Amino acid sequence: MDSSQPRRILVAIKRVVDYNVRIRVKPDGSGVVLDGVKLSINPFDAIAIEEALRIKESGRADEVVVATIGPADCQATLRNALAMGAQRALHVVADASGEPLSIARILLKLVEREQPFLVILGKQAIDDDNNQTGQMLAALWDRPQATFASKLELTETTAKVTREVDAGLETLEVDLPAVITTDLRLNEPRFVKLPEIMKAKTKPLASIPLADVGGAGTARVKMIKTEPPPGRQRGIMVKDTAELFAELSKRGLV
Amino acid sequence: MTQVLVIAEHANGKLNASTAKCVKAASTLAGSEVVVAVFATPGSPVVAQAAGIAGVTRVIEVAHAVHEHALAATLAPQVAEISAPFSHVFGPSTTFGKDLMPRVAALLDAPQISDVMSIESATRFRRPIYAGNAITTVEVAAGTKIVATIRTASFEAAATGGSAKVESVSPGSALPTHTRFVSLAAAGSDRPDLQSANKVISGGRALASADAFKLIYGLADKIGAAVGASRAAVDAGYVPSDMQVGQTGKIIAPELYIAIGISGAIQHLTGIKDARTIVAINKDSEAPIFEVADIGLVGDLFTIVPELEKLIDASRK
Repeated sequence: MDSSQPRRILVAIKRVVDYNVRIRVKPDGSGVVLDGVKLSINPFDAIAIEEALRIKESGRADEVVVATIGPADCQATLRNALAMGAQRALHVVADASGEPLSIARILLKLVEREQPFLVILGKQAIDDDNNQTGQMLAALWDRPQATFASKLELTETTAKVTREVDAGLETLEVDLPAVITTDLRLNEPRFVKLPEIMKAKTKPLASIPLADVGGAGTARVKMIKTEPPPGRQRGIMVKDTAELFAELSKRGLV
Repeated sequence: MTQVLVIAEHANGKLNASTAKCVKAASTLAGSEVVVAVFATPGSPVVAQAAGIAGVTRVIEVAHAVHEHALAATLAPQVAEISAPFSHVFGPSTTFGKDLMPRVAALLDAPQISDVMSIESATRFRRPIYAGNAITTVEVAAGTKIVATIRTASFEAAATGGSAKVESVSPGSALPTHTRFVSLAAAGSDRPDLQSANKVISGGRALASADAFKLIYGLADKIGAAVGASRAAVDAGYVPSDMQVGQTGKIIAPELYIAIGISGAIQHLTGIKDARTIVAINKDSEAPIFEVADIGLVGDLFTIVPELEKLIDASRK
């Protein structure tokens, strides 16, 4: 890497339906109700921002740049990230969010512009639950990926990442630059204080037309319909342990 | 012709049960040829295990010392290379498949359908979104190569008894050196594997200490169950993270699931809703877990669990 360049971390974030909102499916099956619903930074992406900020605060990075792709009102989400402590924001203006591979292509363009030594993203967005974008960006960029990170240690040229995998905790060492996706236990994002919200209003936020970063790409996955999940029936209540045991025995379960 | 390539998941010379589930999913495609790719060290017993899954027409063995540990960055270019003749490339929706398959999809310039819970046709799939609070049906234009991860809780494992022929190939893709395996800290337990166990007992925040989880282990060992936990119990440090059941942990479909001291947050329920029978023990009668439980018991787990153990002991005398 060019040593005259600032050491920069790019964090890609997505605005999603707030995790506290109870999801309702539209009766016509065309999707979930989004009108009047609270929107927030995807929780895994907030963890990504927090991790980038901690790296900068430890002196291992000079700048944290946050980026998102979406409609005009996504700027509020970016301001929120700036209030957390990021230095700059990039807003790629697009009508809709796009498929993961299209998003990864746009992010690659941003990576080429910004030359980060680290890109951190949430492991998945809690709306589409795709869990694809980080891995796709790493593939297109031809750089290492360390997904589902629960611990990150950096040297000048490498990252040692502990990953939450089905079998336990796996540790990888990857050369930088690299793509990291965050799992829940990587950190706890900080709360934003009022003075920082005021300060964030003057931080640089660049709007980038979609055409400047390769366009929207072709959508290839068409949503046909969205339905509520089949509900489970409420079962029976038993009054004590003996009754519970009798019921389990009757069903051949113990 | 529908040709499906299934990427085998394995560790320590044993094929993961998720592979047979992917084969089952692939077999539901009309007139499909199902091929399993095994990336392993030379001489791995996994190849024969894959060839023994019913419905597999062929096994592609890619033997190389580098495959001692499955690394997405190493595997993806090779998977993409051998994927050329296939219409579909399937991997399990486990951390192995979730890590690997999008990298493969990007190299193939193919869309990925994540967490497929049912297959309507070769181009139409159903999958959960919003942590399982909605189910969406998606369609990909015919003729497009499709990468998918298969939600293992939604498919049974294909039977054994197959005898597929094995073909060895050596992809020419360069092996990257930028990603290196360092270590795996496995919880290491003699209990059944949480992901594939028939019976699972999970403990929640109400256990209130790591020590109290002994109660859960004791009961689990009595009935041969795997042990899981809620996110609250993991976050509180009572048990390691690989025991977490739920949307961000393991999604499971056992015959019997016993939730002890778990209130039943949405993200936990998402991980267990395919269980055959759900039993809930909780002192709060208003806990959401009771809305999905087949059998519910309101009471103090510290009294109920030892009582239940005694009743099980007595029934076996």
